[in-house]
Amino acid sequence: MAVIFPKSSDIILKVLGAVVGLGALAGAAAFTYYTYPTVIDTGYQPVQPVPYSHKLHAGQLGLDCYYCHSTVYKAAFAAVPATSTCMNCHTQVKKDSPRLELVRKSYATGQPVPWVQIHRMPDYVYFNHQAHLAAGVSCVSCHGRIDQMIEVRQEKPLNMGMCLDCHRDPAPNVRPAELVTKLDWVPDRDPRVIGQEIIAAKHLDPPTNCSGCHR
Amino acid sequence: MSATTTLINIEQPQLPSAPALQIEGNVTGKKYWRSLNHLAETPEFKDWVKRIFPANINSMMDGNSRRTVLKLMAASFGLAGLTACRRPVEHIMPNSKGSVADEYAPGEAHHYATVMSIGGHVTGLLVETHDGRPTKIEGNPDHIHSLGAATAIQQASILSMYDPDRSAKVLASGKDSSWNAYEAALQTISLGDGSGLRFLSGMVTSPSLVGLRNEALKKFPKAKWVEYETAARENELAGTAMAYGQALYVHPKFDKAKVILSLDDDFLALDSPAPFMTTLFSRGRRVETEEDLEKMNRLYVVESQFSVTGANADHRLRMKGSDVRQFAIDIATTLGAPLGLNVVGNDKNDKRAKFLAAVVKDLKAAGAEALVVAGPRQPASVQALASLINQQLGSAAVSYSKPVMQGSDTGVNALKALAGEMNSGQVSTLVILGINPAYSAPADLQFSVALSKVANSIHLGLEEDETATAAKWHLPEAHYLESWGDQATSEGLASIQQPAIEPLYGGKTAAEVVARLVGNRDLKAHDIVKNYWLGRFGALKGADGEQLWRKALHDGVIAGSQTGETVKVSVDAKKLAVTLVGEPKAVAGDSKSVEVGFYPSSSVWDGRFANNGWLQEAPDPMTKLTWGNAAMVSPAMARSRGLVDGDMVAIMRGNLKLEAAVMIQPGHADDCISISLGYGRKSCGRAGKDVGFNANLIRSSDGFWFAPGFTVTKTGETHRHATTQEHGTLEDEGNNAERQHDRALVRETTTVEYRKNPKLIEDMVEVPELKSIYAEVKYDQGYQWGMAIDLTSCTGCNACVVACQAENNIPVVGKEQVLRGREMHWIRLDRYYSGDENDPTVVEQPLPCMQCENAPCENVCPVQATSHSPEGLNDMAYNRCVGTRYCANNCPFKVRHFNFLNFHREEKEIVGLVYNPDVSVRMRGVMEKCTYCVQRIEEVKISAKVDGRKEIKDGDIKTACQQTCPAEAITFGNINDPNSRVAKLKKQERNYAMLAELDIRPRTTYLAKLRNPNPELGGKA
Repeated sequence: MAVIFPKSSDIILKVLGAVVGLGALAGAAAFTYYTYPTVIDTGYQPVQPVPYSHKLHAGQLGLDCYYCHSTVYKAAFAAVPATSTCMNCHTQVKKDSPRLELVRKSYATGQPVPWVQIHRMPDYVYFNHQAHLAAGVSCVSCHGRIDQMIEVRQEKPLNMGMCLDCHRDPAPNVRPAELVTKLDWVPDRDPRVIGQEIIAAKHLDPPTNCSGCHR
Repeated sequence: MSATTTLINIEQPQLPSAPALQIEGNVTGKKYWRSLNHLAETPEFKDWVKRIFPANINSMMDGNSRRTVLKLMAASFGLAGLTACRRPVEHIMPNSKGSVADEYAPGEAHHYATVMSIGGHVTGLLVETHDGRPTKIEGNPDHIHSLGAATAIQQASILSMYDPDRSAKVLASGKDSSWNAYEAALQTISLGDGSGLRFLSGMVTSPSLVGLRNEALKKFPKAKWVEYETAARENELAGTAMAYGQALYVHPKFDKAKVILSLDDDFLALDSPAPFMTTLFSRGRRVETEEDLEKMNRLYVVESQFSVTGANADHRLRMKGSDVRQFAIDIATTLGAPLGLNVVGNDKNDKRAKFLAAVVKDLKAAGAEALVVAGPRQPASVQALASLINQQLGSAAVSYSKPVMQGSDTGVNALKALAGEMNSGQVSTLVILGINPAYSAPADLQFSVALSKVANSIHLGLEEDETATAAKWHLPEAHYLESWGDQATSEGLASIQQPAIEPLYGGKTAAEVVARLVGNRDLKAHDIVKNYWLGRFGALKGADGEQLWRKALHDGVIAGSQTGETVKVSVDAKKLAVTLVGEPKAVAGDSKSVEVGFYPSSSVWDGRFANNGWLQEAPDPMTKLTWGNAAMVSPAMARSRGLVDGDMVAIMRGNLKLEAAVMIQPGHADDCISISLGYGRKSCGRAGKDVGFNANLIRSSDGFWFAPGFTVTKTGETHRHATTQEHGTLEDEGNNAERQHDRALVRETTTVEYRKNPKLIEDMVEVPELKSIYAEVKYDQGYQWGMAIDLTSCTGCNACVVACQAENNIPVVGKEQVLRGREMHWIRLDRYYSGDENDPTVVEQPLPCMQCENAPCENVCPVQATSHSPEGLNDMAYNRCVGTRYCANNCPFKVRHFNFLNFHREEKEIVGLVYNPDVSVRMRGVMEKCTYCVQRIEEVKISAKVDGRKEIKDGDIKTACQQTCPAEAITFGNINDPNSRVAKLKKQERNYAMLAELDIRPRTTYLAKLRNPNPELGGKA
């Protein structure tokens, strides 16, 4: 019987197989890596409909986070402020700025400004701002130095590993409750020691079981 | 079950033809059974028992072929590949004006007081809202007819508001129209002095609507306002009129009664759509101390259908509905009333005579603490006799008050007169407000035919129902949760019906429609109600109306509005005797014919909740029937007529005919049929259309509640009942009845036995020395959550089941899926019969997750989706679950439920608004179960932490089932605190843990059921 394939085709087939196999593996690895929340979400920086600068407002002007995100102390969600909050100042300051066009329109028509959500928990995660602030966890622990960002981006992965790291060892992230919105706070001694003192005084015992966050 | 079986066998087997089975137990003398199949140990039943999931449960749903599923899978994989790499842009839409900013925070719950009326029963409620969406109903603790509890129907009424099938547009002769067109049409109608004008509404319990009714009748002096309810309290008024010469409301005080006789009064369920009667009755049965044991009340029930009240009776005598009158006469005569009427059953060995003698003696002994109540389905004479007997006994547990809102044309006779007028062409304009007479009127009135003879028929209703399609104009009605109104109890205590949302479908209230017709100065519901009350407040001297209005809204009750004057009256027995003798003799049917009794449904009431999935799927407390009704018959009647469960029969009398499926109800009276109203709707939304059988087809105005002379013939066809009575039965393969008994899942005893030996409950099961193969975990620090459920209090009313469904976003699965055993209720009510099938006793046992400390489910989860919390909860992380179902197979209580399909995704978007945002909505392939409402626990823990409180006060956390329980049977709290209520209850000697012998250490324990039988009747419960 005539030989249809030369002997060398064996090698070609093997090499081809190896390439395809490795390629598939590499593809799977890449897919896994690039769809991992830490990779997708960290650094997410969408363009907002209004070029609002946190660096200017929270950093240079020194507005407290609480001025706009007024529900952080009393609710699970840190609400994005109503347009009327912007207009508290902007009826006086820069009242004709073209960059504030959308804000003025929203205020006049009652239509909301469609801010783009950056920090987002999956719907099976029940994160509570109020509880964390009462414990003395600063905004900066999860959101980073917002007061230095012109356009806000997601600084931390906000994945379950990050939550658990802190819930297992909260001391480095706990500070006096009145300082939680002071993003530039520099502790005068070891922050871990300060944290431990507060944990002891407040009997903090962050949950690490499922229903602490998943309900 | 062999692997080749392809269908679950849902056919009901033949009833055993042997004489009634008598099974002897050994410790308690009781054998418990869940159904007649269970009693007969049929193979089909055994298959339900040995598995949590019935055989072949993996088969695809009907109509979803393998090919479609593969196609869908391919599509979803494709989409997953496309979208996963890029994060979808999502927006945050804050308010434009922050005017409510100080009050409002996204996701936080707010509560508003409101009020609901069903069939003349008015209950104050609290509505929980999230972001402007009503999400949950609770009882208003400050309202005398709620006392903090809410019934299953009240809990589920919130779903009716979001019903996507609700009427959303004005219809003119069945075609789409508008409010403007209706307005224009009104201009062309001349009402004159109202001689052709008739109003037809349900029972009016709204003071402001009473004001409008008076206004309308003043403006149109020849008009009439007819009030008709499928189930209401008109016999009560007629009965007091017969006894006292004036129509009065009867107010039984169950908390003041020690011996209670119910004459066909299902006051724990169907005959009291307000929860307070259950609460007051249960408080009289609460046993925590030696003293309580002495004070416990005793309940005797005489009835035909086996009702929830009958199941909670210490002694029950079954008889046909029409025989109750003679029974009442006998009691009154034995107590010495000179009625001059024949007394039957003097044979001392007769069961009835013995029962009667014992009841009379017991009632006499109780004196002022005795109470006799007559059910609203019993005729005026029985109501009058109940009043007479209470007077003879000197009962202090009943009072009477004058009705304050009563109209002049009420009840079925008024409806009959109206139909006559309509047929003879005397009615030119008929305004139907909120009811559905084309469906609910007795068949002999032929209401639809009469309606077609009315030139201008206007129907206001929540749905495009049978009347809407027959009327010339149909107007969408606003639901009570989305509109202003007011309602007052029969005592006259009023509450403001405060909306929690704007009308979703542009509906209007009855008051608005009437106000427009009479040309009232206020046309908006809010103004009508507010100005009415400001007027009444103004009557109070120096009152600040606005302040009183705000207080009324806040409290949910209007202090001082209780205008129903309590009256002291007495019955003249001789006069009553004359009336009774003069009553026409009941027509006795021949021996072949049967009596048919009609009942409101525990789920859909009179049909108005037919399109409510939560209610359709809530198993009836006694029959455990979902998605439908049945012609209930006794086992003896079934045997003598050769009927089995699911046989279709034709029930006929004259030209009335209904074909319905038979269901055999142990404990039902012989020679009669009971059937629930409210099913078999023809013009209804998707959930309620053509579900069950329309009992109105054989209901006539002269046999409104029960009627003799019906023939019953088998048609040869069969029907499948979706009953859950065998689902979740706890036994394992090879276990016979003896084993089940040995496990003593439900435990009960009598007050006498318990006093003699309080250890009796504990000793029912021998628990050996146990050692776990796993490392011992100590749960002695911090909060340790636990629950105690008192089986003595629990009536089995279903309120907890629906409350849990609302709180925890539990899906409705539909009849097909219920037949496959896929219902999802996190807390179910297991109903156990014991004793003779003709006269069984019943124990109801609520079964949530037991939160076992040594939970068998946790060990077998390959992904640790279920694991233990340090506070003793058996946590479920839904996002982690991969759906192996190992946990459910290893759960000894069968309390885990699996999402076989994407039940939630099939719902319309608007239904999603009812979801509780504090609980995940689970998808297909996820196991779920009770978590002791962990979202409520966390909420209270967080608020305590934020407020800097060290400890949570006992009672601050209430689970949804506990909060709504009218019987106050469920207690939840920290068992690590010896002073908490739950810890104290668990120390009671009648506290027991189910299956403690398996060393699973359940956190939910039960307090055994105590009955208080009369020693003269054998003393056995």
